[in-house]
Amino acid sequence: MGRYIVLTVSAVLVNNFVLSRFLGCCPFLGVSKKLDTALGMSGAVVFVMTIASAVTWCLDRWLLFPNGLGYIHTLAFILVIAALVQFIDIAMKRFLPPLHAALGIFLPLITTNCAVLGVAEMNYASRAGCGEAVFFAFAAAIGFGFALVLFSGIREKLAHADPPRCFRGIALALVTGGLLALAFMGFSGLDKGLERIMQ
Amino acid sequence: MTVAILCIAGIGLVAAVVLAIADGCLSVKEDPRIGMVVAALPGANCGGCGFPGCDGYARALVAGTAPNGACAAGGEACAAEIAKILGVEAVATERRVALVKCCGTRSEAIRVGDYNGICDCGVAAMTAGGDKGCTYGCLGYGACANVCPKGAISIRDGLAKVDKRLCIGCGKCVAVCPRRLIELVPASATIHVLCNNPDKGPNVRKVCGVGCMGCHLCEKNSGGKEAGHFTFQGFLAKVNYANPPTDAAIVAKCPAKCMMEDPHFESGR
Repeated sequence: MGRYIVLTVSAVLVNNFVLSRFLGCCPFLGVSKKLDTALGMSGAVVFVMTIASAVTWCLDRWLLFPNGLGYIHTLAFILVIAALVQFIDIAMKRFLPPLHAALGIFLPLITTNCAVLGVAEMNYASRAGCGEAVFFAFAAAIGFGFALVLFSGIREKLAHADPPRCFRGIALALVTGGLLALAFMGFSGLDKGLERIMQ
Repeated sequence: MTVAILCIAGIGLVAAVVLAIADGCLSVKEDPRIGMVVAALPGANCGGCGFPGCDGYARALVAGTAPNGACAAGGEACAAEIAKILGVEAVATERRVALVKCCGTRSEAIRVGDYNGICDCGVAAMTAGGDKGCTYGCLGYGACANVCPKGAISIRDGLAKVDKRLCIGCGKCVAVCPRRLIELVPASATIHVLCNNPDKGPNVRKVCGVGCMGCHLCEKNSGGKEAGHFTFQGFLAKVNYANPPTDAAIVAKCPAKCMMEDPHFESGR
């Protein structure tokens, strides 16, 4: 139990996917102008990342690793994740139309999202067990969503500001993102401390 | 090496087969006309029709719950094309463009204070009513310009100006203006009253050099009350856009100088 709490704090706050590992910066800047689209994107990422990590774990453990094909895991993961997102898109449209209406437009964006591939890569590198791998992916996706929602809240407020012309739009967004990443650096060491307390 | 190639090819093949089967078995039957209508719409997703984007409007059109012709951006050509696809009559629409009914520039309108707050009309209006003496006039903090999907509005000399060529008549600026002084008017109308202040003449004069005083001269010069080119709200003349005046001579005769012939501005883009 304690291990999972540490894992959550680590993935959400300390090693946040966007603000500390700089994965998934594209949707972080692209769909953060409005809070509701940010929430939709976060939901889609949580959904896809959790399922994708389970699928890639199975692929790695049952097909690639036993056959000594570990060196092509990146290629195989890209292929499987792309197909999986397409499949989810089709299946969701058929069985869960309301969810598809809410997340549908974000699903194609996730196909080539480096955060999804990144979590599969990290799980591959850490040789984690299935439960732990899926939980880590879920927590990391929550962290991604957390950063995205925070950032979009700030950007909604910033829309009312009157910055110099050269700073408007993406320039100000990048500066804001940098400051948010700096603020998240304040969490560093929190996971280590928690781990010590738990032991 | 061979095993790796075969493995990747195998994964690709399995994925392709699964996706092909899923596409065949799970695909949702959609009315093909929806796609055709979406293609006919301008795709600006401005929301001016009252539906969430062009896709939402297309669905409502095919379902028969929306009138054909609600798309201001597409205009008549678009409505005619949709009519051809759906086999329904197009509701006749004239292209409408936004008109900012204020001409109190910085030099003409009195400012009663300095406003240094957030650059947004809504916020300025809530902060003691803004810095403009006239409580009906354009604040010039660009809430309409920010919300315009086409960038057709710009702020010049403290006033919002609409570029008639770029305006698609979506009405977003009308909704966002805290002073409610933007109106959608027929693009063909050329004579406008650029004032929104219904107060009595002396009170208008106190706050603005170009405010309408309600002297009814425009009405008299355009053929009297029977001609019906103008209506009056308090001491404010309003152009009756169902029957707009055409004689440009009345513009020069306005003593308040708040009438203009085709005040639409070109942003020069």
